[in-house]
Amino acid sequence: SCPLSSRCCGPSGAAPAMNCRAEVLEVSVEGRQVEEAMLAVLHTILLHRSTGKFHYKKEGTYSIGTVGTQDVDCDFIDFAYVRVSSEELDRALRKAVGEFKDALRGSGSDGMGQISLEFYQKKKSRWPFSDECIPWELWTIKVNVVNLANEQERQICREKVGEKLCEKIINIVEVMNRHEYLPKMPTQSEVDNVFDTSLKDVQPYLYKISYQITDSLGTSVTTTMRRLIKDTLAL
Amino acid sequence: AMDTDLSSQDRKDLDKFIKFFALKTVQVIVQARLGEKICTRSSSSPTGSDWFNLAIKDIPEVTHEAKKALAGQLPAVGRSMCVEISLKTSEGDSMELEIWCLEMNEKCDKEIKVSYTVYNRLSLLLKSLLAITRVTPAYRLSRKQGHEYVILYRIYFGEVQLSGLGEGFQTVRVGTVGTPVGTITLSCAYRINLAFMSTRQFERTPPIMGIIIDHFVDRPYPSSSPMHPCNYRAGEDNGAVYPSVEDSQEVCTTSFSTSPPSQCVFTVTKAHFQTPPPVVTDTLKVPVMGLAFSHQLSSSRLSYQPAALGVGSADMGYPVLFAGGLNAAHPHQLIGPGKEGGVPPVPSQPAHGTQADQERMCTPLDGVHYSAVTPSSSEDTETVSNSSEGKCGSPQDLLETIFIRKVGAFVNKPINQVTMANLDIPFAMFAPKNVELEDNDPMVNPPESPETESPLQGSLHSEGSSGSSTGNTHDDFVMIDFKPAFSKDDILPMDLGTFYREFQNPPQLSSLSIDIGAQSMAEDLDSLPEKLAVHEKNVKEFDAFVETLQ
Repeated sequence: SCPLSSRCCGPSGAAPAMNCRAEVLEVSVEGRQVEEAMLAVLHTILLHRSTGKFHYKKEGTYSIGTVGTQDVDCDFIDFAYVRVSSEELDRALRKAVGEFKDALRGSGSDGMGQISLEFYQKKKSRWPFSDECIPWELWTIKVNVVNLANEQERQICREKVGEKLCEKIINIVEVMNRHEYLPKMPTQSEVDNVFDTSLKDVQPYLYKISYQITDSLGTSVTTTMRRLIKDTLAL
Repeated sequence: AMDTDLSSQDRKDLDKFIKFFALKTVQVIVQARLGEKICTRSSSSPTGSDWFNLAIKDIPEVTHEAKKALAGQLPAVGRSMCVEISLKTSEGDSMELEIWCLEMNEKCDKEIKVSYTVYNRLSLLLKSLLAITRVTPAYRLSRKQGHEYVILYRIYFGEVQLSGLGEGFQTVRVGTVGTPVGTITLSCAYRINLAFMSTRQFERTPPIMGIIIDHFVDRPYPSSSPMHPCNYRAGEDNGAVYPSVEDSQEVCTTSFSTSPPSQCVFTVTKAHFQTPPPVVTDTLKVPVMGLAFSHQLSSSRLSYQPAALGVGSADMGYPVLFAGGLNAAHPHQLIGPGKEGGVPPVPSQPAHGTQADQERMCTPLDGVHYSAVTPSSSEDTETVSNSSEGKCGSPQDLLETIFIRKVGAFVNKPINQVTMANLDIPFAMFAPKNVELEDNDPMVNPPESPETESPLQGSLHSEGSSGSSTGNTHDDFVMIDFKPAFSKDDILPMDLGTFYREFQNPPQLSSLSIDIGAQSMAEDLDSLPEKLAVHEKNVKEFDAFVETLQ
């Protein structure tokens, strides 16, 4: 659970704070496509929301490291995407997506759920109040798992989902291109309030991933709720 | 007047950013159409030479081509930088797939900070470009290139030309960045009707020239064309260019996905048997292909024959070569070396698909596997004036790459698409045979057997004495004039070779002549009684002679 006070991060599904833009994407996929589809979307978003590592120098200037990229081919979808070359980041995303997939498969699930990627800033508060987490961008990916009867349907699904993901990538890029609010570039003392500096090769904005599964009654009340906190700030 | 608000330092920076942004844009697009997965490594230490904080490799030839196209200018209103991606089939048909446009419009953002905000937004735009280049239809096509088609790129600067994309093309916007001097926009217009594969409704560009390239030499053939392959080989530095990749930046190896074509030789289809223009023209379309080329070729060894058939390579490891040009006198006859002269011999080709070939084909540059060679050349004298007009030169100006597909057994292919190259004979391409194989192939239609004579006659006659002509009747072999050692003879003042030829068919013996034999037999029979009478008269003498013998 969140090491910070409960004021910091509201429960997933709560209305985003003001000035937090929210984007929703929907995909219908076959069970075995869930992981790759989620990874493709999350990686594409994080590609745009990661910078090189900052190296602060005197006088408040800093230099930025280099972000490498690599192509990823999907096995179950006719699709390829580009992700940031960072094994740590990839592992973190795979872990989250893996849990989401397991939850989707679990009992009580009718194959519908959503995974959320939230970018936030930390705002320091005076004692005795704890720091706030203020989201500034929230991406929600709604997933509908379909069951297919035969190989022919699966083949069609491979292609169709591939095409759909192409559309999603274009949608994501459109949002990124709006050049809307981004946190100010922080000073050295503030950098951990804006960026996740724990990775050794890249520096994504502070983010957290959470998911919820719709129960078989079709309500959006969560039956399983987890949150994965990427920010391991030690207070 | 509008620029006075911008400090000169900012202006300089902005121009620099835009210039390198344009160059990086081209790299990203071309690399995304190479047909291979791209992988570069992140580096936490700033390397100082990675523009926009992104690890984007610079293929020297691509930068070279982009700089040529820009010719020192920057994208401005009405002057856009375009990267055209097209597809070319093994039959020589080509079509445009995408046009990526980097444009500038007049909407200025005066307030924006150049060195900071503009720079970061350009970086973001490049990331978007990385993502978008994987989602247009041409990406999947480019990943599968090699067997039946290749992907080509062409850079031009000036007005955007979208007419080649067919009807109903779609546009995707990659993004925009406002600057104090205008708004940079990056977009892609792409063809959506890719059904050409079956309907073949695309233009036919006639092939031009035959270019024969000695692939063992070092530099690529000169290509003034904006159309290039971004293939390059490690260590081949075309004298380019910014930016050298920082040494400390490592790149990871890509895994290669498409398999190399198993057999591919060059062919010429009948449709291309036209009289080509006699010169190598401006633009050379070369594939952006993972596998097509394995070597840099040298322009110094480059020669071209208007009517020559290019070098074929069984494994497509040899560059292009060639063309559809044919001997004007015999439109369907292939010309081989030694026959007409002037065509340099083909260096011996390695066996198909040998390991050596495979290794040559994928030469890594710092671990990134691109395929082979670039045919671009620094000796290019052609300027980009062609490209500034928009389209590259007239179709006749295009040098085509034509591939022969190896025809397997039972293939129902029109004979005119099958050439000698299909046989696994070295230098088969250069055998002086007609394209219409079956008509002339001695294996299929053996030559007429010689006129038969009576068995008796035939057996008693030496070869070549009657009926059939003497000398070299079946002159499939060219007798080379040779000088055998020690063949000089004082007694017989001629060399062995001459002697041999001259006395190869000596006249037959008269006694063996049937006619004469038949004649003397008759005479003998007639003269027999006389001879008997004479012998009887002298019988006493014969008896006495016999007595002496006992």
